[in-house]
Amino acid sequence: MSVKTLTINDTPVAVEAGATILEAAKQAGITIPTLCHLEGVSDVGACRLCLVEIKGINKLLPACVTEVAEGMEVQTETAKLREYRKMTVELLFSEGNHVCSVCVANGACELQDMAVTVGMDHSRFSYRFPDRPIDISHPSFAIDHNRCILCTRCVRVCAEIEGAHVWDVANRGEKCYVISGLDQPWGEVNACTSCGKCVEACPTGAIFHKGETTGEKTSDPGLLDFLVTARKKQQWIR
Amino acid sequence: MDKIRFATVWLAGCSGCHMSFLDLDEWLLELAAQVEVVYSPVGCDLKIYPENVDVCLVEGGIANEDNLELIHLVRKNTKTLISFGDCAVTANVPAMRNMLGGAEPVLKRAYLELGDLQRQLPHEPGIVPELLEQVLPVHEIVPVDIFMPGCPPDANRIRATLEPLLKGEKPLMQGREMIKFG
Ligand code: SF4
Ligand code: SF4
Ligand code: FES
Repeated sequence: MSVKTLTINDTPVAVEAGATILEAAKQAGITIPTLCHLEGVSDVGACRLCLVEIKGINKLLPACVTEVAEGMEVQTETAKLREYRKMTVELLFSEGNHVCSVCVANGACELQDMAVTVGMDHSRFSYRFPDRPIDISHPSFAIDHNRCILCTRCVRVCAEIEGAHVWDVANRGEKCYVISGLDQPWGEVNACTSCGKCVEACPTGAIFHKGETTGEKTSDPGLLDFLVTARKKQQWIR
Repeated sequence: MDKIRFATVWLAGCSGCHMSFLDLDEWLLELAAQVEVVYSPVGCDLKIYPENVDVCLVEGGIANEDNLELIHLVRKNTKTLISFGDCAVTANVPAMRNMLGGAEPVLKRAYLELGDLQRQLPHEPGIVPELLEQVLPVHEIVPVDIFMPGCPPDANRIRATLEPLLKGEKPLMQGREMIKFG
């Protein structure tokens, strides 16, 4: 095993080659805010919350998909990064329709928590109020696209852990949204095993159990990592 | 020192933020001793927003012509304008009508499609304020000095916001206690 040494916020860190900056930071006890990252599945760099500064590189790079390199000097808490993170969260709030007070995930939402973390007390961007659909065709679950932040966690758990690959991403820009099957109503997608993993993975109230009302969704994203560890290492630990 | 001239206004919101304000219970007596309440649906009978207001809590988004007129007056006459609660800060539930498009589809839906008897659109110029095309947060219309999210912000958050202002200091809106939405 070859090892790379680098510094994160001036702290020296040694990690296995091939590790991401996010993994290296975790090992060093440094928290980098994330939304699309989910333990147990691959990373895609969708949310841009984990952006870091690296000496000698004049653009910000996402820690979850950037591999460590020998001698790298990483900063995770500069004023510039804090400002960008706050803007990113404001953009997520203003892009969709996040009405926390009437959301199933109120009180247990990673986006809502992230607003507190980055210190967002209002959005400097105008709210778009897009017209987005809700699909309640599945017998057990529902998806409300108003609350979707396009993190693709549902896409990845379903494809990589459940092996059903029900979800995908269609279109681009403001028309971008997650689809089930071949853009069919979720309830008509035979591939769905109704395992509920996407419900646990979704960081917001976009995917939820039918019948849950305001503040009743409690998801358990750690369950997915547990399943992966159990399968790969035969260790049933949490 | 002159007493702080204090006001609260109620725009497009459910009045829940004002109810939460009343939850301050006995602290309201302390507040009353330190401020002069110059305008408020729950604390004063004046019908016209006065001049030289020091601190104003604004509940609700901007949904109609009345809200629009009042918020401009509030801004002109107030030193510290506080967006009070999620409706003021994000437009929140009242703005869920924005997803239907403009004012017309909303009125048609409510008064024609869903009406039972005498289906007709409300139209009383000068009496019933006209709806704006969209409900907007306060800061998209006028500059706001302090944002206090929450639906509603609980009494502790309201108190923690007002207390520093009474001493002439700016509150620090930070952390779960002060800025959680919803
Ligand atoms: S319930 Fe399971 S199989 Fe169905 S879409 Fe969600 S993760 Fe995929
Ligand atoms: S539905 Fe949930 S998990 Fe899927 S992309 Fe949207 S926010 Fe992410
Ligand atoms: S966590 Fe890295 S881009 Fe989302």
